[in-house]
Amino acid sequence: MSDLIRKNASELVELLNNGNVSSVEVTQAHLDRSAAVDGAVHSYLYQNPETALATAANIDRRRAAGEKLHLLAGLPIAVKDNLTTTDAPTTSGSKILEGWVPPYDATVVSKLREAGMPILGKTNLDEFAMGSSTEFSAYGASHNPWDLDRIPGGSGGGSSSVVASFQAPLAIGSDTGGSIRFPASVTGTVGIKPTYGAVSRYGLIALASSLDQIGPVSRNVLDSALLQDVIAGHDPHDSTSLPESLGSMAEAARKLDVKGMRVGVIKELMGEGFQPGVMARFNESLNLLQQAGAEIVEVSCPNFEYAIAAYYLILPAEASSNLAKFDSVRFGLRVAPEGNPTIERVMAATREAGFGPEVKRRIILGTYALSSGSYEKYYGAALKVRTLIQRDFDAAFAKADVLVSPTAPTTAFKLGEKLDDPLAMYLNDIATIPANLAGIPGMSIPNGLAEEDGLPVGIQILAPAREDARLYQVGGALEKMHEEIWGKRMIDFAPELEVRG
Amino acid sequence: MAKDELMNYEKALEQFEVVIGLEVHIELNTKTKMFCGCRNEFGDEPNTNVCPICIALPGALPAVNRKAVESSIAIGLALGCDIAPNGRFARKNYFYPDLAKNFQTSQYDEPIAFNGSLEVEIPSGAVHVIDIERAHMEEDAGKLTHIGGSTGRIQGAEYSLVDYNRAGVPLVEIVTRPVFGAGSEAPELAAAYVRSIREIVKGLGVSDAKMERGNVRCDANVSLRPHGQEKLGTRTETKNVNSLRSIERAVRYEIQRQAAILAKGGSIIQETRHWHEDKGATSSGRPKSDADDYRYFPEPDLVPVQPSKELIESIRATLPEKPADRRKRLQNDWGFAELEFRDVVNADLLDVIEETVAAGAKPQSARKWWSGELARAANNEDKDVADLAITPIQVAELASLVEAGKLNDRLAREVLTYVLAGEGNPAEIVSARGLEVVSDDGALIAAIDAALAKQPDVLDAIREGRMQAAGAVIGAVMQAMKGSADAGRVRELLIEKANA
Repeated sequence: MSDLIRKNASELVELLNNGNVSSVEVTQAHLDRSAAVDGAVHSYLYQNPETALATAANIDRRRAAGEKLHLLAGLPIAVKDNLTTTDAPTTSGSKILEGWVPPYDATVVSKLREAGMPILGKTNLDEFAMGSSTEFSAYGASHNPWDLDRIPGGSGGGSSSVVASFQAPLAIGSDTGGSIRFPASVTGTVGIKPTYGAVSRYGLIALASSLDQIGPVSRNVLDSALLQDVIAGHDPHDSTSLPESLGSMAEAARKLDVKGMRVGVIKELMGEGFQPGVMARFNESLNLLQQAGAEIVEVSCPNFEYAIAAYYLILPAEASSNLAKFDSVRFGLRVAPEGNPTIERVMAATREAGFGPEVKRRIILGTYALSSGSYEKYYGAALKVRTLIQRDFDAAFAKADVLVSPTAPTTAFKLGEKLDDPLAMYLNDIATIPANLAGIPGMSIPNGLAEEDGLPVGIQILAPAREDARLYQVGGALEKMHEEIWGKRMIDFAPELEVRG
Repeated sequence: MAKDELMNYEKALEQFEVVIGLEVHIELNTKTKMFCGCRNEFGDEPNTNVCPICIALPGALPAVNRKAVESSIAIGLALGCDIAPNGRFARKNYFYPDLAKNFQTSQYDEPIAFNGSLEVEIPSGAVHVIDIERAHMEEDAGKLTHIGGSTGRIQGAEYSLVDYNRAGVPLVEIVTRPVFGAGSEAPELAAAYVRSIREIVKGLGVSDAKMERGNVRCDANVSLRPHGQEKLGTRTETKNVNSLRSIERAVRYEIQRQAAILAKGGSIIQETRHWHEDKGATSSGRPKSDADDYRYFPEPDLVPVQPSKELIESIRATLPEKPADRRKRLQNDWGFAELEFRDVVNADLLDVIEETVAAGAKPQSARKWWSGELARAANNEDKDVADLAITPIQVAELASLVEAGKLNDRLAREVLTYVLAGEGNPAEIVSARGLEVVSDDGALIAAIDAALAKQPDVLDAIREGRMQAAGAVIGAVMQAMKGSADAGRVRELLIEKANA
């Protein structure tokens, strides 16, 4: 295994910028790694080595010519397959989009290209990002590199496993209720959901428009900061994107200082339902933060109790409408029904064949929640809960600069374990969903291994809207303390994957 | 199409009170579409003005056209509406192949403008105040062409073609409150209301306001209730009424149709009906009930439109005069009699006459041409007079040729037909076809002498003051000279001769 692939992105950036290594070398090393392990991990839905290497070669040439390049130029990256790319099929994990090559790039993808970052491939996800395990991908589940029988989290299990298995130094994810943070937690990686609007959603195939946010995935806090600095910023194509800049995340990640910061512990997100190993590691980290000079305060968010219920009305409602465009008329799958092919029958046959079970479940749920007679009772009530949760956060942030909780109640479960129990699956996101409902930023960083199963657990850090920098400051500081105690990065505890020749 | 039973119109009105409600869609003439940068242009090659946003490719997001918002505010203000400080968009969800996203981005409970009113004058001279409930922003759908069926409708078609050039074109929908009290003049009021709306949006410059292009579309709601009953009757909504005349006819038809059903103890089905201009009848569309479930919810991809007070006031400051004020001013400027002016308004001739006068014609001659010869031509061609192939400038030119004595009425009418046939400007046609009147005295005197030879008594009659006798000679001269004689000059010469 080339040692290039084990390096943090920030180290590769330095090597590239100093001319110690070429982008082609770095890119090729990661492509070789994929060839060796992705048969087992299945992080990617699509890879095109030629285009990635062509971008890399171009950057090397420009660098050799003395051109001033972006800091991250030449650093390869993987992109979740719900972002549109003009040079690769974009399926969102669904049969209904099989083989669809979009005629336009997502804004985030354009920014990666402008920065000169070779795109290694498109990563797996639950169909339309609906799921917590990638088991709802129409193209088969991804596997957790720590234990291939376990889930890599979802929906962004492709992006978490691709980074955890050293197939890419960085990846792009999207987070609607935890799809970046939960996978990060169970694969020992770092994942951030920025403030809603910090990163343009243009070109992100929408799950729930008011909840979706694109963010970075990496093995290290500074690496994610470097990536967020590339992809963030206002975009006139996305009306909900923030007009102002949130500052440099990389700068915040390098502060490594939590002295005097008030760290709020959310009472409702611990204890019952949380695995003992998850809680043990969480409490240790609280001690570390305290030792580093942070003040630990307890906060209460009483309305979090209703967060999942509200989320599973707002999300399906928006999704049912967002997914209406998949009707076979203009793009994607078209299925001819038997008999007379009227437009209604073609649409119905296409949607019947093209959508998987979880997607259908949520479309039905959402359609019902919005229908007259149900609207006030369900969707309207959910919006009220959303406001209450925002108020809970307001009150909590009056007492604390950041909030912390375990990212997820458990470590990675076995593939298939919760497939037939949607409610159990939904509960994984209990700690991550409130941030999406409130539009605030959240980060998950590795928080050690649970003693009972030896699997990674994560700690979640939350900050007020637009204060993403605080996540990187606290996350970076905690990560440094962890690595000093562990003597290495958490990802270095992961077992070696069997390499195929 | 089954033939509807109709009640005699007067009888229907004796038995029932008519309540109408009008929904008018205005297509804005912004350069680009409502939510993307595609050209907003009528008549381009199908599917050339499209992008990922207006054909709803996965991942695309809308962004609001600022100009469209300003135009909508202008319409709202011109209708005396309040402007919402926080106008939200909403999704109206339904599946239809011309609707790319399978939801229409519209406004629901937070329209940009609400609570307005409009004074509308009908042909009888009565003035009604129509309450405007709301004016909201939304987007147009694409255009479907159904191939292979006999009716051109989707039923029975083999396949359908979709043109998304129109998808996402900005619309403003203006909705009235129920309109009572127009009685037998309800059809005229409906048409007069739409005419006023057209005048307003044209005056604002926010729409091309051409009904035949669908720039202005009207859905007419009609219901009947027995006189004295409080509860509103069941309404129908008639679509596809594409001219002012059709609006009037469609409303009248619905009154007669519904009256016949109600008088027999039947009940009206709440439904959408289609107007068929050729048959002069409406037919049942799809049933529409309050249970129609569009699952409206706030559009999460767009932030609310929050026009500042300053913006609203700056738009208010640029509003043109109100239609009623404009009419008063024009009537005064032109010096038309009450009845003449009302005819001009009812025939929808204000704009063209104004432009013709601006091009130099006298108001009365402009009126004469537009309400006479040209109105007839329009009627023959079954189109609006403003859509004839002649410009106000050409009409003014024609009038000035008559004024200068270069054309007489008959020749001018002939020139007009050539202008309408696309032969060019009046002056060009006159010289190309040699149509100028003959006022060369020599030629006229020769013709007069020839005519007098056959009617020697005429000179005596003129001398005795019986001027009508001159007509026979003038007619003969005109005939001899194939209409190109200057009749006025012939008359003068004849009188000179008699008094010589």
